[in-house]
Amino acid sequence: MMRYRKGDGERSSLFTRRALLLGGAQGVLLAALAGRLYQLQVIETQRFATLAEENRINLRLLPPSRGLIFDRTGQPLAINRNNFRAMATSDRGRGVEVLVERLDQVFNLGEAEKNRLLRELRRSRNAQPVVVRENLGWEEVARVEFNAPDLPGVFIDLGQTRDYPEGELVSHIIGYTGRVADEDLAGRDDPVLQLATLRFGKKGVERSLEDELRGRAGAVQVEVNSVGRVVRELDRTEGQPGSNALLTIDLDLQRFATERMKEQQSGSVVVLDVVTGDVLAMVSTPGFDPNTFARGITQSEWRELLDSPERPLNNKAINGVYPPGSTYKMVTALAALESKAIDPWTRLPCNGFIELGNIKFHCWLKGGHGSTNVSEAIAQSCDCFFYEAARRAGIDRVSDVGGRLGFGRQSELGLPGESAGIQPSRAWKQEKLGKPWQHGDTFNLGIGQGYMNATPLQLAIMTARIANGGYEVQPNLLLASATPREELAPPPPRDKPTAPSLRFNPQNLAIIREGMFNVVNAGFGTANALRLDSQGKVIDPAFRFAGKTGTAQVKRITDRERDMGITQAQLPWHLRHHALFVCFGPADNPRYACAVIVEHGMAGGATAGPIGRDVLVETMKRDPSRHTDRYRKMASR
Amino acid sequence: MSLASPAVVGLDAPAPVGFAEKIWRINWGLALVLTAIAGIGVVALYSAAGGRFDPWAARHAVRYGVAFGIMLVVALMHPKVWLALAWPIYIASLLLLVAVDVVGKTGMGAQRWLMIGPMQIQPSEITKVAVILVLARYYHGLSREQAARFLYVLPPLAVILAPVGLVMVQPDLGTAMMVLLGGGALLFVAGVRLWMFLGAAIAAVGCLPLAWSFMHEYQRKRVLTFLDPDRDPLGAGYHITQSKIAIGSGGAFGKGFLKGTQSSLNFLPEKQTDFIFTTFVEEWGMAGAFILLGLFALVLVWGFSIALRSQHHFGRLVALGVTAMMFLYVFINTAMVMGLLPVVGVPLPLVSNGGTAMVSVMFACGLLMGVSVYRDAQLPRKR
Repeated sequence: MMRYRKGDGERSSLFTRRALLLGGAQGVLLAALAGRLYQLQVIETQRFATLAEENRINLRLLPPSRGLIFDRTGQPLAINRNNFRAMATSDRGRGVEVLVERLDQVFNLGEAEKNRLLRELRRSRNAQPVVVRENLGWEEVARVEFNAPDLPGVFIDLGQTRDYPEGELVSHIIGYTGRVADEDLAGRDDPVLQLATLRFGKKGVERSLEDELRGRAGAVQVEVNSVGRVVRELDRTEGQPGSNALLTIDLDLQRFATERMKEQQSGSVVVLDVVTGDVLAMVSTPGFDPNTFARGITQSEWRELLDSPERPLNNKAINGVYPPGSTYKMVTALAALESKAIDPWTRLPCNGFIELGNIKFHCWLKGGHGSTNVSEAIAQSCDCFFYEAARRAGIDRVSDVGGRLGFGRQSELGLPGESAGIQPSRAWKQEKLGKPWQHGDTFNLGIGQGYMNATPLQLAIMTARIANGGYEVQPNLLLASATPREELAPPPPRDKPTAPSLRFNPQNLAIIREGMFNVVNAGFGTANALRLDSQGKVIDPAFRFAGKTGTAQVKRITDRERDMGITQAQLPWHLRHHALFVCFGPADNPRYACAVIVEHGMAGGATAGPIGRDVLVETMKRDPSRHTDRYRKMASR
Repeated sequence: MSLASPAVVGLDAPAPVGFAEKIWRINWGLALVLTAIAGIGVVALYSAAGGRFDPWAARHAVRYGVAFGIMLVVALMHPKVWLALAWPIYIASLLLLVAVDVVGKTGMGAQRWLMIGPMQIQPSEITKVAVILVLARYYHGLSREQAARFLYVLPPLAVILAPVGLVMVQPDLGTAMMVLLGGGALLFVAGVRLWMFLGAAIAAVGCLPLAWSFMHEYQRKRVLTFLDPDRDPLGAGYHITQSKIAIGSGGAFGKGFLKGTQSSLNFLPEKQTDFIFTTFVEEWGMAGAFILLGLFALVLVWGFSIALRSQHHFGRLVALGVTAMMFLYVFINTAMVMGLLPVVGVPLPLVSNGGTAMVSVMFACGLLMGVSVYRDAQLPRKR
């Protein structure tokens, strides 16, 4: 030990002790490994041998049942229905050609279906069954059972398909489901998506709430023979059904608005609760029957839907974009007031047109309105006033206020396919068109024409934010969701907006609301016919409302046409103006906002106005604070 | 014990060892055992490829040949070289880890690879060796009293935690676990007080929720799956279920060479890397498993005996560190495929397909043999 340095002896003996301890621990752990091997390979080997034998053991997923969708009063909008279907499994792709030929003899599949089946059978992982045909009738089920010896791996399975009891009425809101597509898998690694029978939300709420509605798969461990027939079930774990959803939509109001819209070829209505943002109705006509998708749509049905000029598959409420026309004048007015470019008493002249360089900007009233203040200008929809107001406020202010009221951006509604519309600005024009902003552009924007584009939903949002005193309320479709249906209940009602304030001067908003009130209720208002209901009776003061008409040019009116006095009704349907109307009520304590667009409906006050009036009055009549019994019924259901 | 002055280097130092003597002192028995293990690797990889030398088995054999050469060279280097190179190697490995976090290739959801020319290297494998060298060097320079003191445990803690932090970012739970446990083992034999380990254990339990919040979704899933494999039988639990089926169905003597159904039908994930043990054991049964584990146990016994026979502290610590690392590799990997630990991605040394791990394991074995070759070298505590 002479070689050791001082202290090394101590270090060394401690090291030896602890190293031996460590070695002992490792020995124990290695022994534990050996024990585990003994457990797996000797004690339990029979069980595992069965499990592994020829890969005969299969874990099969049990599809969860998809969450149901109800309207705010508990009426079903999307439910599940039993569905008998023929399924097929293949033994790792062997003999699929023969099998598909035989299936073709039984079901008369056709080339396209045969190719799909071949593709799916070859790629199916771990012998997961694929769907041959769904919604089988009694006779078809019998035919499969009768031919069973010739159809190895084919069996009948009881599953569920989606059913939409209201059909076309809520087609755009609910959307529909379809087979899982490759792009649906992106970012989702839920194994249930591998299941051939699973249906995935493609449009509407079915899509936006997909991950909640789907639920979690259960699994059943089955022993199968070499052609995939189940011999016995070994183990089963139940999945969890998808979460049920209670929507903000009021089905009866939706029905009313749709009925009211029927006399027009094509258009859209949106009704919002200005406090909560709840979408009470969202109509886009014409619609389509989502049940054709659930059943499996045929090629010709699909073509017909795609080719129709009225675009039935499009939800025009969120993805139709229209120049807002005069309904945008509230934005111009608010921008001018907020920037103090004008005050509520500023009077601006109108003699029928205004000139910028050598271009004439016309007012819709040939002789002009004379001099008006901002409130009167809204009520009479004087174009000249808003050309000048927009010029004084400047493009930057107008586009800023437009943006804050919801234009040019997607809302937080969450439905797929929502358009952002266009709120033009200097930067927007430079980027999109590569040209600088012109004074004439400001004039056009001032009356909601030119580059300006908005969806009906955005018009409703704008109206709601003006009506609620300037809170940035966002549209909302989901009232509540819960997995057990009994727990599905609407949240307690709210009277104050919880959304952040947009920081507009409340007095300026009041001036604008006054102008909108006069549109309907003053003798000089552009839509003063609407103070009477459809029977010509004065509307109950409790339901008095405010609004604004708009007419959006589809085709520019040439000076020649102006001189010839060609009326809109003489033009072909697709060239006529769009008719717009936005409104809110009750006038003294606003709670609901409504936007209506009638495609090619010519004049806002005449076609869109009465629809807006009737829908809004109906909404106010249905106000839940007057009808608490409906909610009580809902809770006890 | 009278030779107190550090300046006086062993009066009774043995005569310098000649080259032939060094070659003789290399632990050829250990080399034979390692070669046997690598041979099992070739067999298993041949089988994993469905009875072909391509793409894994042939390259594995060639790699082992190269790595064997590296091991011999390393074994013949004087420990003072490693004493001098410990810190540079450590720093370089940290830099490589940072490089991986910044520009690395992503594999299986984690960034682990770095391309250097045509070579794909995995710096986390180098780190394991580097940490052993640095810790051994550090404790070589401390007396027992110093090693027992609290302040002196802080630098090695930093040495361990720096790479752990970097690999957690990648995220590579397996390497983090190995560096942590391997470093801990070194601290233990170096004489750190037991209450400090207790404290660290308590702190670690306290940090669990924090660690959970930093984990990737797929890692959480693995932990949850480990705790309850039936939770998601076709998803994350699938690998472990299938691996257990493969091992269990192998039985006492296996299904026979090239007859493993589970691996040939692609039921096993990563069958050439992390799950190679499963592939082997399905075909060779418990007998094969015991032989393989027995060979590893021999390596461990040799490692311990080399550690105990070394006359210098550096050598003792290096040998023990390498042994601990070997043990952790084997234990974590096999326990994982048998469903005793969560799936964390640790290869089975010398058997799993993979170049960097092979070279770093053989490098470590070279260090171990070097300790044996230079067991009576004179290494001053301070220079």
